[in-house]
This record gives sequence, structure tokens and C-alpha cells, in this order.
Amino acid sequence: MLTRLAGGRVIDPAHGIDGQVRDLYLRDGRIIDAPSDAGGAHSIDVSGRIVMAGAIDLHTHVGGGKVNLARLLMPEDHRGHGYERTALTRSSCGHVAPGTLAAGYRYAEMGYTACFEPAMLPINARQTHLELADTPIVDKGCYAMLGNDDFFLRLLATGESQQRINDYVGWIMDCTHAIAIKVVNPGGISAFKFNQRKLDVDQAHPYYRVTPRRILQALARAVHDLGVPHGLHVHGCNLGVPGNVDTTLATIEAAEGLPIHLTHIQFHSYGSEGDHKFSSASGRIAEAINANPNVSADVGQIMFGQTVTASGDNMAQFRNADLGSPRKSVVMDIECDAGCGVVPFRYRDQSFVNALQWAIGLEIFLSVHDPWRIFLTTDHPNGAPFTSYPHLIRLLTDHAFRDQMLQKIHPDARAASTLGSLTREYSLYEIAIMTRAGPARTLGLSDRGHLGAGAAADVVVYRDDADRERMFATPEYVFKDGELIVRDGRLVKVTCGSVHAVKPDYDRSIEAPVAEYFERFQTSSAAGFRISSDELRECGSELIVHECRGASR
Amino acid sequence: MSARGCELSRAGFARQSAPGLATALVRGVPATLDQAVDAAAKILHGAVQPLIGGLATDVAGMRAAVELADRCGAILDHANSGAKFRNLLAFQDRGAITTTLAELRNRTDLYVVIGTDVVSRFPRFFERIGAPEGTLFGLKDAERRSVFVGAKPALDAPGPPESIECAREDLPDVLAALAALTAGVKLIAARAGTVPMDRLRELAGTMHRARYGAIVWAAADLDFAHAELGVLAIGRILTALNQTTRFSGVPLGGNEADLTADAVLLWQVGLPFRTSFATGRPEYDPYLFDAQRLLAQHETDALLWLSALSDLPVPPTSRAPLILLAGPNAGAARRADVYFPVATPGIDHGGHLVRTDKVLTMHLSATRHPQLAAASQVLRAISEAIRAC
Repeated sequence: MLTRLAGGRVIDPAHGIDGQVRDLYLRDGRIIDAPSDAGGAHSIDVSGRIVMAGAIDLHTHVGGGKVNLARLLMPEDHRGHGYERTALTRSSCGHVAPGTLAAGYRYAEMGYTACFEPAMLPINARQTHLELADTPIVDKGCYAMLGNDDFFLRLLATGESQQRINDYVGWIMDCTHAIAIKVVNPGGISAFKFNQRKLDVDQAHPYYRVTPRRILQALARAVHDLGVPHGLHVHGCNLGVPGNVDTTLATIEAAEGLPIHLTHIQFHSYGSEGDHKFSSASGRIAEAINANPNVSADVGQIMFGQTVTASGDNMAQFRNADLGSPRKSVVMDIECDAGCGVVPFRYRDQSFVNALQWAIGLEIFLSVHDPWRIFLTTDHPNGAPFTSYPHLIRLLTDHAFRDQMLQKIHPDARAASTLGSLTREYSLYEIAIMTRAGPARTLGLSDRGHLGAGAAADVVVYRDDADRERMFATPEYVFKDGELIVRDGRLVKVTCGSVHAVKPDYDRSIEAPVAEYFERFQTSSAAGFRISSDELRECGSELIVHECRGASR
Repeated sequence: MSARGCELSRAGFARQSAPGLATALVRGVPATLDQAVDAAAKILHGAVQPLIGGLATDVAGMRAAVELADRCGAILDHANSGAKFRNLLAFQDRGAITTTLAELRNRTDLYVVIGTDVVSRFPRFFERIGAPEGTLFGLKDAERRSVFVGAKPALDAPGPPESIECAREDLPDVLAALAALTAGVKLIAARAGTVPMDRLRELAGTMHRARYGAIVWAAADLDFAHAELGVLAIGRILTALNQTTRFSGVPLGGNEADLTADAVLLWQVGLPFRTSFATGRPEYDPYLFDAQRLLAQHETDALLWLSALSDLPVPPTSRAPLILLAGPNAGAARRADVYFPVATPGIDHGGHLVRTDKVLTMHLSATRHPQLAAASQVLRAISEAIRAC
């Protein structure tokens, strides 16, 4: 079927198009140039509307073991947030840790057509993929977590070549169908198992004697050498610790110019000044991002209200467990692979710390110049559930509204923040970069995040509402792979998304030492570790493989 | 096929290998699959409060069971829920500190085992966490210790295993005392239950000195009223110990695929077992939606019982009409209103199961050609038939 979206104002930053009125043609799931048979198209008048590619969330905890633990831990959250069964949709529930059905439906209703789970433990990859397969409509992808697994740490500690490390990283990505590599508290999760409670960038691991700096370098190098489009995704050391700005700057320096992505940077941008020994260091962080073109970041904005934090960083989560609300937490060591920690949080605007965290996130958004290198996230659900994105977009695009909100927070936090003096308002073009074109480019999704001929027909049509929160909460039309799935913010069709991955080239001779390692030390086999493409299909997902950059191996 | 299995799986395989019914039954009379599907759909569609229980199945089976429950407004509960809720109530109240099998194998120098011998339910546990060829960090099997509290020590536990004898009913007292002692509270009482306090003081000291300890229990063996309070005490012990060393819980479960079925329900819907779809929105209530209670008090008028992994668990007898999906040797087939012989995951077809520590999902492959429909296929057919009702 041929569909024409007629007369909309198209915002397509990948092609430099900013609000130009033009028709868009969708056929067989793809965007095409104006065809010769355009007269026969099913035409939808979208004049006066804003047309963008489907939104892409590059960091959202939507599936895998720790998310399921968060769901299990939070029945009180689920009680008030039920999704009713309809002729079209199944019932589900949850706000801060929704079921996969609720998450897929709600993401699609908000105009998101792809979500990336950023913390897939390789040993838990199968469950992650099963969960993502049950997340309807949106496309998915996973970042495999490395840097605390004993096989990798042994390679590093015994001085194995970078080539060998690259092969291992490639093997992990292949077996688990990952699209990127993430490191969480490099070496720290492992160190916690040795009863270490803190690990700084240049502090040696208590057993392997390697430093987080060395781990970061080896992984950033591997990701680069393998040609993985997205630079190493880094959740740094000392998350949430006052004064951690120095850690974050050291992390940037450790990359030595190799591409890295600093995730939920807000949680890593703290000073330790003032009466509360907690201050904003957003200026130094933004300056560093602006000055280092190899660095990108997503913000991990917090919003006030109840949420639950779910992280691989059990060292940090154990440290923060007593700050949680309600006071309960899960801390888990996992299979010589990594760990996880789940702590519910209630961020309050009258708490100095929470209010300043809120301000710090916004300060970073407004102080980083290049929207291609900063991404809109709440680190769902750690800063806030993804359903708060429309509110966040309003905060970024509407200075007067932001000022109103600023007046409501703890007065000391307001005084300690530069937010009141930042008058920048994000344009819709910049929002489209941060939520579409940018994520697609950094992840290497060549046919997503833009509206050029050949792209997947993931298209969103918004009313141009001065209230940007309302505008982004309920798009008028959402198309996924060319099919109309949302009309006026309500689902009209439920489809299955695909899984995006990259398959870097690596030397499969790495399988012999890995198999021996599994046999000697693990409680499962290396053969069972690999998820074949057939099995992925059996799980319920189709695989889309994207190209790696010209590999330099 | 059975060489690598434990005695429980060997017995299960043997029972599944015996010739059995290959045809569906409607009130004991052989029927085609379509006839049986129609009969089952009619029962579920006509019921005021259907219940889907048993739920011993793989990921695919559970996916189909959740969809069917949503379709017909049923309540979902697993055969093992009674045991599982001893852990879950404590978990939802306070959380947990846990670890997994490979960490145990490579790191654990002290096992404190509470109220179970482990091996009756998990015959290969100590074999799996032993490391005859060495560990990642140089820990030797000879350096491991184990202390069994309130249960007979397993013969192959690290050690020789030590034992602190006490009656199972005294475990809550013993755990509460141990929680106080590990937190540094001075206790005046001379005993907890029948256990001398000095013995517990000594154990608390041993636990503090461990480098990477584990408290192991099997909720199924904590078979006394309000066992969740004992599990909460284990949580307090772990919290106290982790102030200065590393110590984790190992709540053993997963029998009859309870962890698998629970995981699927959780991820799709956001809630665990004892969830009802009756109002069109999922609702969770650990008391109201307890299958045993619903059956005993006649609050359900249709029971679909799913037992695809073996002939166990057996459906409870009740007044409610019974739809049974079970292996070809199910003893209850003749008393079911509708019976579907279903294939066994890991024998007749591939599938996925969640391991006891929740972290590993195992991919099963078929070892013989399927002659029977998979549970998921039957459940989907019933869903479709109800849609058409």
C-alpha cells in the first residue's frame, strides 16, 4: 500500500530539513521518493503538523533480570497503574517498572519506535531477549555489559594482547546479539565481590591489580577496533558520590580520544562544595563534553516522584540502599559475570539533594552545545519513568515553564544552581536530533532516525501545540514500518518490532579458551551460552544486522 | 539421555518414556484435538471465575497461559506458590541480597544451610558448586565449610559438614537470635528454641569471619506457619554481615518450573503469581488469589491445570470442572472433564527454562520427535476458540 502524508512540516535533521513543507510517501514499510503512481496513494492531510522520524530511546532499562526483580519488588507501584485489556491490546500494568506489554504500548503511543536496553548481562542475555520479544511494536537492541566478568579481567591481568580482547568482545556481541558494549563501574562490581566498597579510576582491583582506567582503555579500544558504530557506553566509577566530577573527567581523559559515551551523566556530575557538601559540577562536565568531540553523553534526568533504580552497579546500589524509599533493596552478585542492584527512590523537590540533581541534569542539557552528542534520557526508570519524556521536552523547549518549575524546588538548591540564568530553549529541530537522528547515527542504524528515501517508515506526526508536553505525549499519527499504529495518542494496531544488532568480525579461535574457562569455572557451558539466530526467532524476534565501520583489524 | 541427570530427572524421564495416552479425552471419551479445544473453551468461557493452575511449563507454555488467562479473565497461580510466597512476601517487604551458582563455586568459603538438606530437592547442588579442578581465585574445596541448621547435613556438603540440631518449628527463633547476634546485639536468653546461645554466638562469629559466605535455604522445606518471618530474619542477618564482609542468600527454587512461569508473568504483566485478570486489569493479591484457597472454598468454577514437564504436580481434586494439560501418563486424565496429552519441553520439543538462581535461562532442545502438541499450541487454540465464542 502507498501512503502519502501530505503537506506536513518535516523536521529531518539527518538531511538538514527544518520545517520544510513537503509530502512524504510510505510504501512496503519504507519511505520512498515521490513515485510515478502518487495519484493512487492513500493520502492523509497533515498540513500544519510536525512530521518527524520515530523516536529512539538509546538508554532505557526495559528488559532482563534486574528489570524483572524491580517489577517483583514494586507491587505497590503496579496496583495503581493497570492497563485494561481491549479488543486490540492485552492487559498489563506498572508505571516505574512496567510489564513489557505496557512498556511497548506506551512507548509506541508516545511516538517511540525503538528502545535500547543498555545493560544486558551476557549470562542473562537469553532472558533479556525473551523479554524484549514480548515488548510489542517497538524495535529493540541490547548493549552487552563487560568489564567486570572474570574472563575479561583475567585476559587483562595476564597481559593478553588487545587483539585477543577484541576477539572476546566480538564473540560476546555475536553470541548475545548486542549492538554495543557497555561497561558499568569498570572493575568495581567485581571488586565488590572481594568486599571492596569503592574503586577509583586509578585504583587497582583488589585481586586482578588492573585499574578501571585500564579496563576502560581496553574496552574502548576493542569497540573501536571492531568497528562497532557506538563508542564504548560508560557508566563510570563513583556513581552518585559527591565530588565524582573528578572521576568523570578522569574517565574522559582515560579514553585518550577513543569514542566513548558517558551514560546518565547527571549522576556523575557532582561537586562537594557548600554547606551540604553537595554541589553542581555541570559547568566542568559540559565544558569537557564540548571540548572533546570523541565524547557523547545522555543525561539521565531525574524527575520528582516515585521511581525504582535498577543498575548493574551493585557496589553503588548497596551503598545507596539506605537512602531508598520505600526502604527495601535487592543486591545480587551474578555468575562471575557482573551484578545488579535495585533500590526504589522517591525524588522530592523539597529535598536539597534531589532538587539539585534535577537542576544539574537540566544545566547539562542546556550547556552542551552540540545536540548530536547529548541525548534525552531519564535512564528509565532510574531518574524517572520514560513516560516523563514529554514533560522533560517542555522543560527544555520552554524557558518560562522551566522557570516556574524552578521556583518550586528547595530554595537552597535553586540558589546553588545556575539554571535560572540559562535562557536557552531547545528548538524542535534540536529535539529531533536528540531523540531521533542522533541516537540512530551513534548506534549505526542507517535506516532509522531519518526520513530519507530507503529509511524504515517509522514516522510520527504531531500537532504543533505550544504546550510541548501535550504535543509529545499524544502524537496524532504514529507509523511503524509503514503501518499506522497510533491515532490521536491511542493504539490502533499492535505489531512486533525487530532486534537491531551488529556483527563485528573476530577470530573464532577465541572459542577454545572460552570453552575451557566455562568448563573449569562456570556452571554452564560455552556452547549453551551462544544464542543462535534461529533461537532468537524462537524467542520471538527477527534480527536486523547493521554494518560495522570498516574494521581496522 | 539420563547419564548427566540427577536421580529426580532420571525418574522423570523414565515416567515420560513409558507409553501413554496419545489422544485427547472429553469426559473420558477419546476426542479429536478440535473437539477437546471446543469443550475446554466452552467451560472457560462459561465460567464466572476460572483458575489456571499447575503451570509446570516452559516459557512458551507460560506465554500462552498468560494470554489465555487474560482472554478468559482467569486467575493464575502455580502449584508451588505456597512455598514460593514464603520468600516472596519477605522479598516484597525488604528485598534481598543474593548470589548465583558460579559465584558459589568460585568464592564461597562458608555455607550456612537452613532447614533443608538441599539434596533431596536439588540432588546435584553440592556437586555443581564444587570445583575439583580449582577455582578462579585459588579457593580450595578443602577450605570450604558448611553448617546445617535444623536439617540433616548432606553427605557431599563441604566440610565435613557441621550440624546445629533444632526442630523445624524453632527455626524462626533461631534465625531471629542469629540476626540479633550478627548485628552485635547482646542477648540474655540462654537458648533459642533448643539451641544453646553460645553455639549461635560461635556461628555468628564464624559467619563474620567468612570472606564470601552463603545462607542457603529451600522455601519448600520451611513448611511452617509464617515462614516468611524466618526469611525476613535471614535478610537481616545478611544485611548485618554485609556491613563488614560479603555474605549472600541462596533461596533455592525452580522445581516444576515455578521460577520460569513466574518470570514470564512478571515480565509481561508486571506481577507475580496470584494475579487475577477477572476485572480486565491485572490484580495481584497473595491471599485472595491463592489457588488452594480458591478451590477449597469453591470460589472457582473452572480449573485448567497445566503440568507439561512431567506427570507432577497432580491436579487437586475439587468440584470445579477440570481441564487437564499433562503428559501422556497423567493419572488424573480419566477424571478430567477435558484432557489434552501434551508434549514435554526438553524431550519432545525445544524450549526455555529458568535455573534455580534466576539468572540463567536454559535453552532445551528436543531429543525425540514430537507426537503430541505442545502445551502452548493447545492453550493458543483454546484462546482462539474463546475469542470466537
